Amino acid sequence: MENGKGTMDNESIDRIIDKHNREAGSLIQILLDIQSDYHWLPKEALDRVSERLKVPMSKIRHITTFYKSFSLVPRGRHEVHVCMGTACHVRGAQRILDSVQDQIGINPGETDVDLKFSLETVNCLGCCALGPVMVVDGEYHGNIAPSRVEATLKNYE
Amino acid sequence: MSELQVQIDGKEVTATAGATILDAARSVGIAIPTLCHHKQLEPYGGCRVCTVEVDSRGRTSVVAACIYPVEPGLVVRTRTRKLERIRKSVVEMMLAHAPDSEPLLELAREYGADRDRFDKEASFCIHCGLCVRYCAEVKKKHALGFIDRGARKEINFVPEIATKECWECKECFPLCPTSALQAAFVLSKALASVES
Amino acid sequence: MSRIHSSAELDALRQNLLSTRDPAKPCITLCSGSACQATHCREVAAALEQEMEQQGLTDQVHFRKTGCHGFCEKGPILIIYPEGICYLQVKPEDIPEIISHSLLEKKIVERLVYVDPNTGDKVTHEADIPFYKNQQRLVLGANTRIDPKSLEDYLAVGGYRALTKALFEMTPEQVVGEVKAAGLRGRGGGGFPAGLKWEAARNAPGDIKYVIVNCDEGDPGAYMDRSLMEGNPFSVLEGLLIGAYAIGAHEGYIYVRQEYPLAVENVTSAISTAEEFGLLGKDILGSGYDFIIKVHKGAGAFVCGEETALIHSLEGKVGEPKARPPYPAVRGLWDRPTNINNVETWANVPLIINNGAAAFTAIGTEGSKGTKIFSLVGKVNNTGLVEVPMGVTLRDIVYKVGGGIPGDKKFKAVQTGGPAGGCMPESLLDMAVDFDQLTKAGSMMGSGGMIVLDEETCMVDFARYFLGFLADESCGKCVPCREGIKQMLKILTGITKGKGKPGDVELLEELSEVANNAALCALGKGAPNPVLSTIRHFRDEYDAHITHGKCPALSCKELISFYIVPEKCQACMSCRKQCPAEAIDGGKNLVHVILQEKCTKCGSCLDACPARFGAVKKISGEPIPAPLPEEARTVVRKSKSL
Repeated sequence: MENGKGTMDNESIDRIIDKHNREAGSLIQILLDIQSDYHWLPKEALDRVSERLKVPMSKIRHITTFYKSFSLVPRGRHEVHVCMGTACHVRGAQRILDSVQDQIGINPGETDVDLKFSLETVNCLGCCALGPVMVVDGEYHGNIAPSRVEATLKNYE
Repeated sequence: MSELQVQIDGKEVTATAGATILDAARSVGIAIPTLCHHKQLEPYGGCRVCTVEVDSRGRTSVVAACIYPVEPGLVVRTRTRKLERIRKSVVEMMLAHAPDSEPLLELAREYGADRDRFDKEASFCIHCGLCVRYCAEVKKKHALGFIDRGARKEINFVPEIATKECWECKECFPLCPTSALQAAFVLSKALASVES
Repeated sequence: MSRIHSSAELDALRQNLLSTRDPAKPCITLCSGSACQATHCREVAAALEQEMEQQGLTDQVHFRKTGCHGFCEKGPILIIYPEGICYLQVKPEDIPEIISHSLLEKKIVERLVYVDPNTGDKVTHEADIPFYKNQQRLVLGANTRIDPKSLEDYLAVGGYRALTKALFEMTPEQVVGEVKAAGLRGRGGGGFPAGLKWEAARNAPGDIKYVIVNCDEGDPGAYMDRSLMEGNPFSVLEGLLIGAYAIGAHEGYIYVRQEYPLAVENVTSAISTAEEFGLLGKDILGSGYDFIIKVHKGAGAFVCGEETALIHSLEGKVGEPKARPPYPAVRGLWDRPTNINNVETWANVPLIINNGAAAFTAIGTEGSKGTKIFSLVGKVNNTGLVEVPMGVTLRDIVYKVGGGIPGDKKFKAVQTGGPAGGCMPESLLDMAVDFDQLTKAGSMMGSGGMIVLDEETCMVDFARYFLGFLADESCGKCVPCREGIKQMLKILTGITKGKGKPGDVELLEELSEVANNAALCALGKGAPNPVLSTIRHFRDEYDAHITHGKCPALSCKELISFYIVPEKCQACMSCRKQCPAEAIDGGKNLVHVILQEKCTKCGSCLDACPARFGAVKKISGEPIPAPLPEEARTVVRKSKSL
């Protein structure tokens, strides 16, 4: 399932819903699974979830905009997370974020035009000894200097 | 329903178990200001205008009267200097969004709130939630809801439902203290007609 | 190993494991927590496995990947047993030498051992390293000896003894009593006596009850729970099951932030293993007690660390907190009695049951018993997780364990309690750290994050940082938080940009009173604390910003200027090359000058100027000296003898 272009069908959404026994309490877990598979939450997927779990669309919309893990627009192939936790902040995380923004040309919460990179800030990954930290696709880049950002990102196709 | 004794502003009040401080106060004619409270809806506790001071289990705390349940021996104060400062500030923060709102201006008069204390905000909405809650709890249509969180939070109509239900209904309109609802409604209707 | 049907079988199994495990058999451990993955422990592990295979050692040497050891500044950490030789910051290329030199020839690889920065002494054993020596690692200590995915490892260190004691030798009421007597206070932030919560949930009417583990550790800079959950998930499961038994709950939830994928993986694996061996599920160890656990991931909302918001999230709703009373102990998840505690709180339970309340109360202070795990981060030499008895002083934590401030910079403050906490300046360094002392000082324990700040941290900007964080994380339901934080943030941002006005501090204090008192939940109520505490202890910084447009820490971009001291400049052009804005004028023998109107305050010139010249400085609150006329800018080269 390529992100953004995935053929979303009711069958795959149903499989996720059924894996969680259609429980109303599992709504967020279901949405997390869909987000993980598709890299975003297509409207059709939300309609299906609303229908099968009998949760009003207004509530689903609130949930998908309230929680930062969800994206209602397709995210890039590579997700870049810059930690802005206190320890990283004190070690200059803002300069890292500035460098990343300059390099990719987008703000936190955005995806670039080629759907290559998405950028998010994170509030503490728990790797404070290595601050500042940038994570790309789950790969941690610790003690990163602003001057190394460009080289690091160039490694990702 | 069992009964219990509480004290409000020095007055002994008999309250029913399960009632809120607001219920108990109103039953004996003690006025506590409210904004997001509505008799047909579940208590919300969002605007904090009804903030009161209570002594409970040896501790004093500041709570929302509309939602705090009465307990035996509860002592309540509805009007203190601190509470007046709190209510004044809370009203001023909301006036920054809706400086012409009648319910807010009425509260402003009572608490000496300055309508221009804070810079004007772009959105009228003060998130009392009356519209969203009414549509969910009374009409059970869920035609509108909140999106996002914090200061970015907004009310938003669900287009598919609004087109079917809202144009004729509009029962939520009188509830809005600021006419933010009407603005959202007009926008939603305009978008719907563009799409159709 | 197969399903265990009774406590006798469990004891027999444990005995068997201990007797078949040869303590003399060489064992290499490598810490593999999330932070170490960032320092490439996986590559080190791969190199180690490969080298062991090449040397034919795979059967003779046990290789164990453990969770976090806590000395994160020096990871990856590799230890060779039974000698206990400890190597720090190990790289894949170090492995062949470690195997041949240290493992086989029993010699020390000198360049990889710890060197005390003050004395220059080398320390080969983990326990002797000052960072560890000054701790009492009752809860976190087991991390170094177990593979988090191995039930056998957990049993071998005495795991599940507490469970059998509770299930078969104690009544639920006795378990509650023991936890009450131990005086265990919540380790997540509230510090509320856990035993009282358990008792309230036990006594609440209802047949269906729940227990929950709060692993939504959101305080930025705090990662104790991550390390416990990743490194010793069975300890949390054991504590949770004991609590469930005490309260009468048969269903538990573990709520883990989705930002902790390894923690999710390890606890899910532990649950699955425990179920397989009859330590979870139906009729646990033949006791007749049933208990199942479900793992729920968070979805990126700090507010879900608040217990009522977390409960809403478990119910599939937005993480908006709920007014209390009623408390979750009486009406919680699905309106049923629920006991929710933090990971570290649960992890302390087996300890209390095994050793008894008296042993627990022997550690700590009058009001705060036991140990606490802190994450010591920021401007400190030994960044990592520190477990000490309650009552140790801040000074000891920062200097004895933490090794002081790096780079000869001056200590300024320690911040505890996360976004709801406060700063302790130098004058409070001798404070005994416990719940009540911290609260008295205008801060709080919080989850245990301890951020060390030095002279380069602007305290106004620091307060602004926390408010910015909370503004982003506020659920938005109540006015004092949603609007109050926004207004406070505006004022603080203005002050850091040189737009502060007289009266701003008083306005901040006024808004603080509203949020402190009238907000719906602890996020809003605690939000003003960093502001109030910095105003209390660092008022001079606020005044400098507002009255003199000066940032004493030389940090706030709009209030600082970069300046090249002509007498020190040797015209080496290093800064000119680095400047991204082409804002430096100068040449080979021409003293460099920063063109202020082009300067973006990025600081690259300061980084680039060689330390022996030190010609670039930051100034604030004073006029920038006019540049020298070009004729006067010829460099006078200092002779080598100077």
